[in-house]
Amino acid sequence: MKKTWLILLSFTLILLAGCSLEPPEWAKPKQKENLEDIKIGLSVSTLNNPFFVSLKDGVVEEAEKQGMETIVVDAQDDSAKQINDVEDLLQQGVDVLLINPTDSSAISTAVQSANTLGIPVITLDRSADKGEVVTLVASDNVKGGQMAADFIVEQLGEGAKVAELEGVPGASATRERGEGFHLTADEKLNVVAKQTANFNRTEGLDVMENLLQGNPDIQAVFAHNDEMALGAVEAIAGSGKDIPVIGFDGNEDALQSIKAGQLTATVAQQPELIGQLAVQAASDTLQGKEVEELIAAPLKMISEENQE
Amino acid sequence: MSKSGVRPLSDMAQKMGPLLGLIILVLIVSILNPSFLAPLNILNLLRQVAINALIAYGMTFVILTGGIDLSVGSILALSSALMAGMMVSGIDPILAILIGCLLGALMGAVNGLLITKGKMAPFIATLATMTIYRGLTLTYTDGNPITGLGDDYMFQLFGRGYFLGIPVPAVTMIIAFVVLWVILHKTTFGRYTYAIGGNEKAAWISGIKVTKVKIMVYSLAGLLSALAGAILTSRLNSAQPTAGESYELDAIAAVVLGGTSLAGGRGLIIGTLIGALIIGILNNGLNLLGVSSFFQMVVKGIVIVIAVLLDRKKAA
Repeated sequence: MKKTWLILLSFTLILLAGCSLEPPEWAKPKQKENLEDIKIGLSVSTLNNPFFVSLKDGVVEEAEKQGMETIVVDAQDDSAKQINDVEDLLQQGVDVLLINPTDSSAISTAVQSANTLGIPVITLDRSADKGEVVTLVASDNVKGGQMAADFIVEQLGEGAKVAELEGVPGASATRERGEGFHLTADEKLNVVAKQTANFNRTEGLDVMENLLQGNPDIQAVFAHNDEMALGAVEAIAGSGKDIPVIGFDGNEDALQSIKAGQLTATVAQQPELIGQLAVQAASDTLQGKEVEELIAAPLKMISEENQE
Repeated sequence: MSKSGVRPLSDMAQKMGPLLGLIILVLIVSILNPSFLAPLNILNLLRQVAINALIAYGMTFVILTGGIDLSVGSILALSSALMAGMMVSGIDPILAILIGCLLGALMGAVNGLLITKGKMAPFIATLATMTIYRGLTLTYTDGNPITGLGDDYMFQLFGRGYFLGIPVPAVTMIIAFVVLWVILHKTTFGRYTYAIGGNEKAAWISGIKVTKVKIMVYSLAGLLSALAGAILTSRLNSAQPTAGESYELDAIAAVVLGGTSLAGGRGLIIGTLIGALIIGILNNGLNLLGVSSFFQMVVKGIVIVIAVLLDRKKAA
């Protein structure tokens, strides 16, 4: 009996000895030596949202200006696909990785793969929980959420009844914008309803219709992004009410809608600027310059009054 | 029915068709971008394929009985959330994975019960449980990813590690293939699976316990989805509430590309493995070739259409 255990134990040990968390030495791609033609790998969470399209454009245009090539992959909001995408980019021998993660915790493995190959990683818009990242380029979402709440207080006074349309559950933008919004809202506003509409316009429309049914006395709406805000605007227009809606991001459609007097305001991010700043950080890193751990892209409150 | 008759030539074609497609695809991609054949890429590819392959194995059994399982992605998400929950509360990760897989099998058994005892069409039953399991996942996780799963070495190995240079998920995929191949081709359970898909009434008349076999088949699909979920959890170092969305489609595509008939009764598990590899190579290769993600979907769809059309021609 003892013998069987001994054999089993040694067998397990032999099996474990064959295991490792790093890819085998013979399989690693060779490091590039010349830094002449730099390739940037950009992994975007989704290109099904104009915001990230602008972000991508910012990266591609800035890279072109600086004489670098960009390879873009689109994770279509699937964290598992994104990890595969990043592996594929590493395979193509990119010199630096720009990642716009679908999820901060899920991307960790991909960042670690890049780390083992010595490829610098810069994250855009969302951070990574683990692994070494050179810098995060993002708008200050917490502050933006607070700006939205302050704006509502300014317009409607304290105690106004507000509905909140939340983004994809668990996404850091959802958490941070919500957190910032509630910093002010919990004290000065009355948040009567909050529901997720997954950053999606159609869902924003559906959810808002339901909210209006359940809470006919809503006085203002804050949506975690413009897509949901525009959906909410449609729902409100359909109900014949006049309720101010504040979005977040400042995308093209939202600005048009503000101009047309439909959407009330938006906390505008500057995605192209985020992309440009990231490329700048990438080129600084490759030249061995120091880069700040966090690069904040400025936000702007845009409403009918202050838009040119 | 000529299905039961031995026709070695058409049997060969059934086996060779998908393999031929795989070889052609590898040739095309590696000519267009030689770095496709780089060792690390092949290893990555095998790891990327493992999750879909495991789900698709289970789907093969289900489709062989003439059924379909749309809930696999949701089972993956729910069981991986439960595993992660157990790990966070301090249960040994390997034990958590084992319990999670059993829970996955249980979720599959519920599908089987609804279909057999409840006499529901598989499409409808699993459409309902797909929604239910997804909803339970979102409720349990409160919509947030479950993180902080600890640094257990064995658990990390499971999704991210290498065994003798081969990614552990790929090893799991191969072991599972061997076990399932034996079950499907060498046991009475396997023969019953084919018999039910070939002609359910005849199978019932000849004394096969159709209900029991079907419940076991759906449980197996659930178990394999949960196993895939465990790999994904380790790979993502977290349980994602939206994990596995639309995975059922990739799994069904792998089964169909592998030459298994959606009508049931005809198909091979080796075909499914090849089908999963084809889909994996399409994903990986099109990325390497820099094809835009939108157009990738078009190409994937076209490949499926061509595969099924060729299959039709052969069957005719």
